[in-house]
Amino acid sequence: MSDHTVKAFDKDLSDLGSKIAEMGGIAEKMLTDSIDALLRLDVDLARATVACDPRLDALEREVEERAVLILARRQPMGIDLREIVAAMRIASDLERVGDLAKNIGKRTINLGPETRLPRATVGLRHMGQLAALQLKDVLDAYAQRDLERAKSVWMRDAEIDALEDSVFRDLLTFMMEDPRNITSCTHLLFCSKNVERVGDHATNIAETVHYIVTGSNLPVDRPKG
Amino acid sequence: MANPLYSARRRRSLLAMTLCVAATGFGLMWLVMILFTLFWNGIAGISAEIFTQMTPPPNAQGGGLLNAIVGSAILTALGIGVGAPIGILAGTYMAEYGRHSKLTDVIRFVNDILLSAPSIIIGLFVYGAVVIPMGSFSGLAGAIALAVIALPVIVRTTEDMLLLVPTPLREAAAALGMPRSYVVRWITWRAARTGLITGLLLAVARVSGETAPLLFTALSSQFWSVDLLKSMANLPVTINNFINNPDPNWKRLAWAGALIITLAVLSLNIIARSLAARSNEK
Amino acid sequence: MTSPIKLDVRHLSFYYGGTKAALKDINLSLATNEVTAFIGPSGCGKSTLLRVFNRMFDLYPNQRAEGEVLLDGQNVLSTDQDVNLLRSRIGMVFQKPTPFPMTIYENIAFGIRLYEKLSKSDMDERVEQALRGAALWDEVKDKLTASGLSLSGGQQQRLCIARTVAIKPEVILFDEPCSALDPISTAKVEELIDDLSDRYTIAIVTHNMQQAARVSDKTAFMYLGELIEFDDTSKIFTSPAQQRTQDYITGRFG
Repeated sequence: MSDHTVKAFDKDLSDLGSKIAEMGGIAEKMLTDSIDALLRLDVDLARATVACDPRLDALEREVEERAVLILARRQPMGIDLREIVAAMRIASDLERVGDLAKNIGKRTINLGPETRLPRATVGLRHMGQLAALQLKDVLDAYAQRDLERAKSVWMRDAEIDALEDSVFRDLLTFMMEDPRNITSCTHLLFCSKNVERVGDHATNIAETVHYIVTGSNLPVDRPKG
Repeated sequence: MANPLYSARRRRSLLAMTLCVAATGFGLMWLVMILFTLFWNGIAGISAEIFTQMTPPPNAQGGGLLNAIVGSAILTALGIGVGAPIGILAGTYMAEYGRHSKLTDVIRFVNDILLSAPSIIIGLFVYGAVVIPMGSFSGLAGAIALAVIALPVIVRTTEDMLLLVPTPLREAAAALGMPRSYVVRWITWRAARTGLITGLLLAVARVSGETAPLLFTALSSQFWSVDLLKSMANLPVTINNFINNPDPNWKRLAWAGALIITLAVLSLNIIARSLAARSNEK
Repeated sequence: MTSPIKLDVRHLSFYYGGTKAALKDINLSLATNEVTAFIGPSGCGKSTLLRVFNRMFDLYPNQRAEGEVLLDGQNVLSTDQDVNLLRSRIGMVFQKPTPFPMTIYENIAFGIRLYEKLSKSDMDERVEQALRGAALWDEVKDKLTASGLSLSGGQQQRLCIARTVAIKPEVILFDEPCSALDPISTAKVEELIDDLSDRYTIAIVTHNMQQAARVSDKTAFMYLGELIEFDDTSKIFTSPAQQRTQDYITGRFG
């Protein structure tokens, strides 16, 4: 697409884009690190993950402030308007992803290195990988305004949901087997819920990418697994 | 400040300004001298009798310019009375109806020639066209000559003033569904009103001092003359006759008449200008 | 929400003389009681189009329009259409406020008198109604005999709108009505357009895209005498179908 007559507008938009890219990088890393830390019960890594969150929060604020400033200053229309609205939405999704990863990190710290993890964590690991892949894919789709890729992310979310169900059943069985596992399993249950939520945010971002490119929204009902 | 180019430019600017002021002063000097001479010689002759008594015979005492003043007033009024409607309608045609037509360009060209034609030629034309066929000098012929002189002035100012009326105003009127004649009568004439009146006053000023065309048409008269078909007394020709005579009484009256015309023209000009200024303020 | 068509433009081309078309085969229709905005860069023909609707171009020689403009099914471009009657049905408000050189009261009454013979009291009522309709009554009710030129720019523009509304047109054309006004006056005029849009079919030409976005139901984007895109305003300003529309509304032109 050709440049704006007002060059500063192009810069405003590209700045906004690079901020989102930075947020995406941090969120991705926080997610994979937090799951790694959880599965290895690596408290240090968990602490490091938690420590990343303020930066993500600050970036989200910045994106929001800049977006509002661009709205006020340039009164964007058409694709520009969609870009800016999308940036605000994606920033808030990524910030939430960061919060969820932070939450997993905190739970890891609570569990401590001595906890015995049930075998259900295999499903959780798989979920984590899938969610991380979804997040990476959707961020790539955003960076390249790739409609097809965004759509496939949107379709794949059902897999994570299905996995979450099986992880839930596993953990439930484990708790029933031995009530001493209840504390750790409850934490793991929340973690699995968090990962599932990350998948939802990835889907949101996919919808936003669709909105940027086409100007229309995807249907409200997503295919469920 | 020290920049040599700048100081050179400053010096040149100063020189140019000095020359301009000097030239203006030179022009104004003559005007002041004329007015001064006029007042110096004319003020002594101004008295109540000027406005109440007829022009005296040669080598008499007293007398006034009543018949000449009244005659001039009649001639000017008639001249403008004939010239104004024709001039305003013609100017209106040019600015409103025929703005894009060839005819308008032709009229404007001819009108400009007429505007700069020496008035004596117009006098001669009317002499040939009216005085000779009618067999005598007449106030009517004088009025016609003045009308012909006033006409191009009025045509020109009317067209100019109407062209100054912004086009959107006409369009706005037309957009209400107003026929063209309504637009002209109620909108553009109204908007240009002060300008049109100014033009008329300038035309009055122009014709009221004309001598040459009247010499061949209204001639002049020593008597009370209000019959349009006979020669008619008027100020310019009377002044012309009186000033060339050795009789000191006539000379005195001539100066007084000149002063009266000048003051009349001057006040008309001032009125016209203040009207124009007032319309500009809006 | 498809309203009946009020003004239907079919294969309209327009020439300012010569053979170079200022409008090229325009096809669109204005729906009854909707606001249609025309946007596009200077010289794209949007004002020209507006001036075809009320045959304003008739005032100038050599300008000619081809095609049809149907007002309630009747071609206004046909030679037997009386232009003055047409203009009483299709009113127009101009870029610069154009109060007539007469009193505020007369500015309104003058147009009414062209078409109706009213008693003094009926006329007073109509003038008041028109001024109220243009949200100007409260500001001028104590000085109806003052000159229309004594009002501020924004008031003058609302006076012009009142004058147009007073003769009860069916369609009102606005040709950049706010380009000479400050933001407050602009807001008042926009509020007025919004208010008028329940009763009149409105077409507005504007250089201010935000204004078009605010006041209109439909928007037409024109470029070099062609109609590039014509759609719901919400669609045009968020996700236009044409690349040229996109480039124009986002400021990426040329």
